[in-house]
Amino acid sequence: MTGKTLYDKIWDAHVAHEAEDGTSLLYIDRHLVHEVTSPQAFEGLRMAGRSVRAPEKTIAVPDHNVPTTRGRDNPDQMPEDSRIQVAALDQNAKDFGIHYYPVSDIRQGIVHIVGPEQGWTLPGMTVVCGDSHTATHGAFGALAHGIGTSEVEHVLATQTLIQKKSKNMKVEITGKLAPGVTAKDITLSVIGKTGTAGGTGYVIEYCGEAIRDLSMEGRMTVCNMAIEGGARAGLIAPDEKTFEYVQGRPHAPKGAQWDAALAWWKTLYSDDDAHWDEVVTIRGEDIAPVVTWGTSPEDVLPITADVPAPDAFEGGKVGAAERSLDYMGLTPGTKLSDIEVDTVFIGSCTNGRIEDLRAAAEILKGKKIAVKRAMVVPGSGLVRLQAEEEGLADIFKEAGFEWRLAGCSMCLAMNPDQLQPGERCAATSNRNFEGRQGRGGRTHLMSPAMAAAAAVTGKLTDVRELM
Amino acid sequence: MDKFTKLTGIAAPMPLVNIDTDMIIPKQFLKTIKRSGLGVNLFDEMRYNTDGSEIADFVLNQPAYRDAQIIVAGDNFGCGSSREHAPWALLDFGIRCVISTSFADIFYNNCFKNGILPIVLPQEEVDKLMDDAERGANAVISVDLESQTITGPDGGTISFEIDPFRKHCLLNGLDDIGLTMEKVGSIDAFEETAAQARPWV
Ligand code: SF4
Repeated sequence: MTGKTLYDKIWDAHVAHEAEDGTSLLYIDRHLVHEVTSPQAFEGLRMAGRSVRAPEKTIAVPDHNVPTTRGRDNPDQMPEDSRIQVAALDQNAKDFGIHYYPVSDIRQGIVHIVGPEQGWTLPGMTVVCGDSHTATHGAFGALAHGIGTSEVEHVLATQTLIQKKSKNMKVEITGKLAPGVTAKDITLSVIGKTGTAGGTGYVIEYCGEAIRDLSMEGRMTVCNMAIEGGARAGLIAPDEKTFEYVQGRPHAPKGAQWDAALAWWKTLYSDDDAHWDEVVTIRGEDIAPVVTWGTSPEDVLPITADVPAPDAFEGGKVGAAERSLDYMGLTPGTKLSDIEVDTVFIGSCTNGRIEDLRAAAEILKGKKIAVKRAMVVPGSGLVRLQAEEEGLADIFKEAGFEWRLAGCSMCLAMNPDQLQPGERCAATSNRNFEGRQGRGGRTHLMSPAMAAAAAVTGKLTDVRELM
Repeated sequence: MDKFTKLTGIAAPMPLVNIDTDMIIPKQFLKTIKRSGLGVNLFDEMRYNTDGSEIADFVLNQPAYRDAQIIVAGDNFGCGSSREHAPWALLDFGIRCVISTSFADIFYNNCFKNGILPIVLPQEEVDKLMDDAERGANAVISVDLESQTITGPDGGTISFEIDPFRKHCLLNGLDDIGLTMEKVGSIDAFEETAAQARPWV
C-alpha cells in the first residue's frame, strides 16, 4: 500500500460524506469572513431562516475597504458604499454570534494575518475564506481554500464545502538560499517557473531544506502565493517551528488538549512512499532576488536581468507580453535596475508581518526615500504596535514613509490608497494585474527588502548592493 | 430556494440575440450588499433614461408585460461575466423562467442555484413562443416542469429536455445548501467523532 501525502491525511480526516462519484462534503474547521464577499451570504441565510451552524468556528474581520488613516473609526471617513459594507459585517457578526474584530479593535487587520496571529489557524485544520489568499494558512499544514459567495453561505449554513479531491504536487526547494534572497523570491520564482496555471487542479506541498529553514512568517509568504500559481491550496508540513509559533496564542489549545493536539500534528507529513502526480524541484542556490516586469505574477526575472522582448516568448504569451510591456510603459532591453519608481508600498497578507517590516527597516535605517511617496501598512494592529515598540516605525517615518493603520490598502486599492494612472510602484503585495493598485497604475512585485531598496534609490534595485 | 413545479404567467418577448449580463444588471449595481432588491435595476440601461424616467418602448415597461414571469429570448442569453447578480436581478423582478435557443454556460448554472428554470428549445419552437409572447395581455404561457411541457395560449404543447438531477433539485426547491442539509446526519456524526478525536478544534 502506498503512503499518503500531507494533503491526503488532512483530506481523509475531514470527509463528512462521500458520494459514489467522489463528490465529498469536506468539514470546515475554521471559516474566516471579511466584508466584501460575505454580505449576500448572510442575506441568504436570513432569507432562508437559517443560522450559522458553527458560530464558534467562524471569525470575521473587516479589512479590504477600511481606511488606513487615523480617525478611521469615524465612519464618515469612508465612502458610502464601503461604509455600508463594513457596517453590514458589524451587524452580521452581532446577529449571527460569530467572533469579530471590528475596525476599532487593536487586533483588527488583514484576515489572513489575524487568523494565525490569534491562534485560529492550527495544523491539520481545514480553513476557508471568501478570498483567494486563504492559501496563506497552508503554512501551518492546514488545508486552506479560497471560496465564492455561494460557498461562503454554504459553509455558514452547513460547516462543510462540496469538493472533489485535487491532485498532489510536490515543490521542493533544495539547499540554502543566498544572502538577500527571501521567501518572496522563492514563491515568485516558483510561479516564474511553473506559470500562473501550472498549479491548476493541484494542491501544492512545499518542502525541502530551504523551506524548512524559513520562519513561520516566511512560510506564510510562500503559501500565500500558491493561488497565483493556480493551485487550489499550498501546504507546508508542520514542525517544531510551527508548534512553537502556535503555542500560547489566544485560541491555541492548552494543557492536556495541547498535548493531544501535538501528538496528532506530529503525524502530519507526507510518507516517503506517497504518490505525487507532479514534482518540481528548484535549487535554493539558484534563486536570486527577483522582481516582476509585467502584469502577471509569472512575469518574474532576477533583478540583474533586462526587460524581455515579446519574441522571447511562445504562443499566446507573445501577445500577452506585448500588451504587458505597453501597459507597464517598458522597452525591451532596458535593465530592470534602471526602472524608476514613484511609489513604494510595503504591506499586504503576503508581506505585512513583523519580520517583513524588520527586513525593510534594516535597509532603510538612517536613509531617506528618493520616491514621491512610500507607505507601510502593517498587516494587523498588533504588528503595528510591535513595530512601534521595536522602533521600526521611527525608522520608517524618519526615512519619509507614511506609517499607516492595518488593512489591505493599496494591495487592491478598494480604499482610498490608490495609484494614479501611469504611476509606478514597488510593491510587496501579490498581484500585478492591470489596474490592481488603481486604474493605470503599474506594479512591480518584490520582497520587503527589495521594496525598501527601491525606496532609497528611486529605482528597482538589487538589495544586495545595499547590504 | 423556492420550488419550481408549474408556472403560468405572462411571457415577455426579447428577440434580441446575445443579451449579456451587463445588460441584465450593469456593473454599478454590484457594490450592493444584497442579492435582493436588484429587480428595479434589471436591464437598467435598456429600461431607463439617464434622468431615471422609463423608456416607454422597452418591453418590461409596457403595461401588458410589467408583471411578466417568463422571458422568451434570442440566442445566447446571459453571455458575459459570471455575476450571480444577473439571476438575482431577474428573480427579484419576478422572472422564474427564461426560454431561448441557447444560454451562456455560467449564467445557465447560476439560474439553477436561484430557482430559475432556463429552457433550451429549437429555433422554430422559440419562434412560435416568441409569436405567442407578442400577444400582450394574452401572452400567457404555462410551464410544467414535472411533465417537461410548455402550453401556449392556444393550448398547443411543446416538450423540453432537462438534466434529471437539476430537475430534481428545482422541483424540490433544493439548492446546494438544501442538498447538503439532507446529509445533516452525516455532518452531525462527523462532528461527534471529530470532537472526540480533535477536541481542541
Ligand atoms: S492584502 Fe491584498 S491579497 Fe491579501 S486579502 Fe487583502 S486584498 Fe486580498
